[in-house]
Amino acid sequence: MKLCIRSISIMLTLIISPPLMAKINVFACEPEWASLVDELGGERLSRYTATTAYQDPHHIEARPSLIAKIRRADLLVCSGAGLEAGWLPVLLRQAGNNRVMPGKTGNFEAATMVERLDVPIDVDRSMGDVHAAGNPHVHLDPHRIQIIAKALLARLKSIDPEGAEYYQLRFNDFTQRWQQAIQQWEQQAGALKGIRIVVHHRDWVYLFDWLGIEITGALEPKPGLPATVGHLASLKQMITATPVDMIVHTPYQGPRAAKRLAQITHTPVVELPYTVGGAEQVNNLFDLFTVTIATLKGGLK
Amino acid sequence: MKKKSIVPELLLWAIVFASFYSVALAAKQGDFNPDISLTLDGRYGSYSNDTDYELPGFMLGAEATRGEQGFHLGHNELSISSNVDDLFYGKLTTAIADHEGTTEIELEEAYIETLTLGQGMKVKAGRFFSDIGYLNNQHGHVWDFMDAPLIYRGLFGNQIIDDGVQLSWLVPTELYFKVGVEATRGERFPAGGAANEGKGAQAAFVKFGDDVGVSHAWQLGFSHWRADIEDRESGGHDDLAGAVSVPTYSGESQVSGIDFIWKWSPNGNSRERNLKIQAEYFTRKEDGEVELAGSNPLAQTTYQGDQSGWYLQSVYQFIPRWRVGYRYDHLSANNEGSDAAVLAEAGLDSEGHTPERSTLMLDYSHSEFSRIRLQVAKDDSYEDSDTLVFLQYIVTLGAHGAHRF
Repeated sequence: MKLCIRSISIMLTLIISPPLMAKINVFACEPEWASLVDELGGERLSRYTATTAYQDPHHIEARPSLIAKIRRADLLVCSGAGLEAGWLPVLLRQAGNNRVMPGKTGNFEAATMVERLDVPIDVDRSMGDVHAAGNPHVHLDPHRIQIIAKALLARLKSIDPEGAEYYQLRFNDFTQRWQQAIQQWEQQAGALKGIRIVVHHRDWVYLFDWLGIEITGALEPKPGLPATVGHLASLKQMITATPVDMIVHTPYQGPRAAKRLAQITHTPVVELPYTVGGAEQVNNLFDLFTVTIATLKGGLK
Repeated sequence: MKKKSIVPELLLWAIVFASFYSVALAAKQGDFNPDISLTLDGRYGSYSNDTDYELPGFMLGAEATRGEQGFHLGHNELSISSNVDDLFYGKLTTAIADHEGTTEIELEEAYIETLTLGQGMKVKAGRFFSDIGYLNNQHGHVWDFMDAPLIYRGLFGNQIIDDGVQLSWLVPTELYFKVGVEATRGERFPAGGAANEGKGAQAAFVKFGDDVGVSHAWQLGFSHWRADIEDRESGGHDDLAGAVSVPTYSGESQVSGIDFIWKWSPNGNSRERNLKIQAEYFTRKEDGEVELAGSNPLAQTTYQGDQSGWYLQSVYQFIPRWRVGYRYDHLSANNEGSDAAVLAEAGLDSEGHTPERSTLMLDYSHSEFSRIRLQVAKDDSYEDSDTLVFLQYIVTLGAHGAHRF
């Protein structure tokens, strides 16, 4: 009980003492949204990224540090659509922070701002870890990023009205550079149209939908299940019948299965950055698409 | 143990399934969508030693056994949970198990919890797992071993579950820092009698945690539990004369504990490889009286209990799906009383023995919803050494299980 009284007095001191910085605390679930937050929010925001490109965003543990960060957050920027279903709800329940609960202004779900692909008609576990709300990996389509940026702008303005003008200016600047970049990327990616690719997991649906690339198979027999010997054999059969241009995986997926299939089918294997920080030169969303397209073209040679 | 008639059991079953069915129906219609999850747990066990299990120096609760031999079912649980509205979250878990031929439904959890009090404050009310220690508030099927550490078995009858309220506060610091207090009824083992008009037990806990770089994370906790106990019954020890007498304790009980967890995964990507090291230490002091209820003349003794124990375990996932683990348990008891013979009869004499156990585990998780586990233990809980082998499956249907720390 003595311990209790002491901790209560510590708590009270902490509550009463004024915050040192009045910056808006933003908790970005994934690096791609951290980058977008930086583009629009700049200096006005204090931003924390919960995951890295080397972590599978489906499988994050509700670590104490994450709970502490959500406790102090004013705004959460996440993919939503079920991507974080395994960990974010636990964090939110444990953090007890009103501002960022689902449905509140402080809870921004990027994927729900855009139209999603792969929305299943019926969901059953035997299909693997499928998302009832559709494929949540929406950040790999730059056109969708633009729509999400606009929605995020509105959200930032309502959370921090004083900064409205600042955010608007930064958004205008971002939009101009982004639209220019899209034109460039679409030009550069012309050669990629119609190529055939085997993926590790269906992370890539939006990217390949945008670039007109065909996904012919996945190393995972079902979403979320690791590759098996039997499944690789059936992929080999398929590739021998109609060759594919390359096999693609993310930094967080072990390259073993991809390399094995590459070896037995003599197909190039390519690790794409998937998100910001997924390759050395990828420091923001612009780099992400530039490097992704360059890597894909490199894989063709 | 009170005998239960079979009619209320049937009624309970009917209620559980009717609610499950209506909830499922409503979910299909899309107007109400709670998380429903069903855990199935089946086991095969074998011992090398057929003598009755005991833990010298500890009075054991009904749940504190080494598990059955041969094919048997574990804890099959049905759980329904959901946000009630914007303020409350609610959860109900029932465990369905066979006890001597009759199927019993046990209410394991039934609580509500606030979602939006704000400022990191939370109130939980109802029946819940106490937040003391690290393993106590987790369901047995998410533990890394099939059974509880010996100290949990010896002090808590595997786990402390109680009815009451919990108040917790997550302090807004950079470091994870959580404090909480609990006031509960104190009727279930290891409390007893629901003293003080049904407010017999209290607990307090503090937890700290953080990351070290991208690859490491830790959590440290301190906890304290106390209860006024009236007639805590134990089935731990047989009367030498074969008479039916039940060791019964009344008095004060104080438990203090410390728990520590360290997790490592390369780049924080626990899916590929990860290592978890976990240790807990508990000590219990008791002061009161022990009697052998049912003995004639009534055998009694004063009792000053002094028990402690710890375990250290490590689990390593070396490739996706496969994990190996090792756990070491160690207990000690140094109890005193006015009548040593009665203490011994109640199982509270350590008999000069130090209970120990070494456990090896290997498990395979086909997906995050299914797991098959092989566990081998060299158990020196009492003087007859025992080798235990268990094979277990645990699968979860329905709602996505949370990836808790």
